Amino acid sequence: MSDQLCLNLQGVHTHIGQYHILQGVDMKVPRGGVTMLLGRNGAGKTTTMRTIMGLWQASQGSVTFNGSDITKMETHDISKNGISYVPEDMGIFSALSVKENMILAARTGEMDEARLDWIFQLFPAMKKFWNWPAGNLSGGQKQMLAISRAVIEPSSLLLVDEPTKGLAPAIIGALTEAFVELKQTDTTILMVEQNFQMAKTIGDTVCVMDDGRVVHSGKMSDLAENEQLQEQLLGLSMGAHQ
Amino acid sequence: MFSYIFSGDFPRSKLLTLLLVVIVVGLVLTPWLFPGSRSMETAMRIAIFIVLVASYDLLLGYTGIVSFAHTMFFGIGAYGVAITLNEMGRGYDAIFIGTALGFVGSVLLAFLIGLFSLRVKAIFFAMVTLAVASAFTLLVSQLYQFTGGEDGLTYSIPRELSPAFKLMKDKVFGVSINGKLVLYYCILFASFGLFLFMLRVVNSPFGRVLQAIRENEFRAEAIGYRTVIYRTATNCLAAGMAALAGSLMAIWLKYTGPDTTLSLNIMVDILLMVVIGGMGTLYGAVIGSTLFIMAQNYLQELMKVASDQFSAMGLPLLPDLIHPDRWLLWFGILFILSVYFFPTGIVGRLRKAKT
Repeated sequence: MSDQLCLNLQGVHTHIGQYHILQGVDMKVPRGGVTMLLGRNGAGKTTTMRTIMGLWQASQGSVTFNGSDITKMETHDISKNGISYVPEDMGIFSALSVKENMILAARTGEMDEARLDWIFQLFPAMKKFWNWPAGNLSGGQKQMLAISRAVIEPSSLLLVDEPTKGLAPAIIGALTEAFVELKQTDTTILMVEQNFQMAKTIGDTVCVMDDGRVVHSGKMSDLAENEQLQEQLLGLSMGAHQ
Repeated sequence: MFSYIFSGDFPRSKLLTLLLVVIVVGLVLTPWLFPGSRSMETAMRIAIFIVLVASYDLLLGYTGIVSFAHTMFFGIGAYGVAITLNEMGRGYDAIFIGTALGFVGSVLLAFLIGLFSLRVKAIFFAMVTLAVASAFTLLVSQLYQFTGGEDGLTYSIPRELSPAFKLMKDKVFGVSINGKLVLYYCILFASFGLFLFMLRVVNSPFGRVLQAIRENEFRAEAIGYRTVIYRTATNCLAAGMAALAGSLMAIWLKYTGPDTTLSLNIMVDILLMVVIGGMGTLYGAVIGSTLFIMAQNYLQELMKVASDQFSAMGLPLLPDLIHPDRWLLWFGILFILSVYFFPTGIVGRLRKAKT
C-alpha cells in the first residue's frame, strides 16, 4: 500500500429525489490494499459507491480518481477509466450464461486465458457452472460470478458492496480467501461490509460513515483493537459482529 | 452448417423444433398443399409478419424498449415502394429505390427519435413514439397527392411478378408456375433471410449487450457499455427491418393504405404476437405470428362448422355461444387464456418444459 491516493472524495453531496443522502463526504482511499467502508444501515455507504460510479450524480463536491476528476463523468467512462463495481444486488444477467456474463465484462469479447485461469483458481466452482444460465446459480455462486466479472479485466479500483450479505459462513470463508488473494494484485479495493470479522481480516484502512458523512478514518487494525471506538462508531462491539 | 445458419441458437425443445419445421414446410409448400389465393395471402402475411414481429422483439424482448412507432416504420417501408411504383411505373428500379428510401428514411427517423428520447424513462419513450406515430398517420392522410390519403395507393408491379406471366405452359402438380408464384417465393425467402439475419444479430456480442441492458441497464453501464448508443442502434435496426417488411408487404399486396400498414390495430396485433410467441426468443415471432394470423383468418370458419354441428345435434345455447358472429369474443378469450397459461410465451413454456 502506497501513500499515493487512488481515490479522493472531497465534500461530496448527493441528493436522491428530495432526500439529501450524502452530506459532505470526505474520504481518501490509498493506492493498493483494501479500504473498508463501514457504518450503520442508512449511513450512505451504498450511495457513496454509486456516486463514485456515476450512477448517482454528486450535486456538490468532487471525486478524484488517480488524479483525474471523474465527478461529472458518465458511468461507462468511469468504468473504462479503470473502476470495477460489484453492486449489492450483484447485478447478474440472469438470462445469460455464466460464460456470456464474463464475455460481456471482458468488453473486447475475448477473455485473457491467463486471467481466466487465475479466476478459476480463486473460485474453482466457476468452472463447473461455466455454461449454466446465471439465473440458476445460488446466492454464493452469483457473488463469485459478480466478483469474477469485475476482475476479468484488470482495473485500478474495485468497488465491492456487501459481498457477504445473506451468504452461508462457508461461502464467506471462500470469499474472504479470494479477497486476500486479490490483495496481492495491483488493484485497490474499496469494500462496504457489515461482517466485521471479514473487514478485520482483509481491511488495511477503514472509513466509518454516519448520517451521510465520514466520521472516522484510520487503520483497520486500530479500530479492530479498540472496542470502545467500535461501540461509539458502529453501535456494537466487535464481539457482537463476530 | 445448421449451427452457422441458426447462429448456434437452436429452438432447444423437440416440440418447438417440430412446430417450427411444420410452419416452415407449410409456408414453403402452401401453393401445393393449400391451393387457392386465400391460403397464399395468409401464408404471405405470416411470412412478412414473422419479420415484423421479430424486429419488434429486438426492441421489446431483447432490449426492453416499448415503442408504439413500429407500424410507422412498417408504413414508411410500404409507402416508399408504393409511391415510387406509383410515380415511376412498374419497374424493378422503382422497387429497389422505394425499398432503399423506405429503409434509409426509417433508420434516420428512428435515429432521431432515439437520440432525443431514449435517455428518458421507458414510459415517456413509449409516449413519444405514440405521438410521433399518430402524427405520421395524420401526415399520410393529409398528403393525399402522394399517399392517396385514406384511400391509399394501388399500383402495378413488374409483369414478371404477376399471375398473367406464365413461366411454364403446364401446371406442376396442379399449380401453375406463374409470376405470382415467383413473387411468393421471393418474398418468402427474403423473409427467411431477414429472420436469420436478426437471429445472427441477437447471438452476436451486440445481442448479448442488448440482453444485458434489458436485464440491468445500470449494471451494463457500470461494466462500460454506453447503453444509450446500443438502445439507439437497436431502435434503428428494428426500424430498418420493419421498413423492409413493409416493402415486402407493399410489393405483395399491390396496395398500400393506412389500414394495412399504419393502423394502431396492427401495432396491438404485433404486441400480442410477440407476447404470445414469447418475448426475447425470436422463434416466438414465428409461432406468435402463425397462430395469430391463422386464428384471425380461420377461427370464424372453424366456429361456423362447430356451430352448425351442434345445431344439427339439437344442442341448446351452445350453437349460439359459438356462432361465427361472436368470433372476436372467442378470439379475445383465447388470447387471455394463452397469456395466462403461457406467461413466458409459447416458446418460453416449451423450453421450460424441456428443462
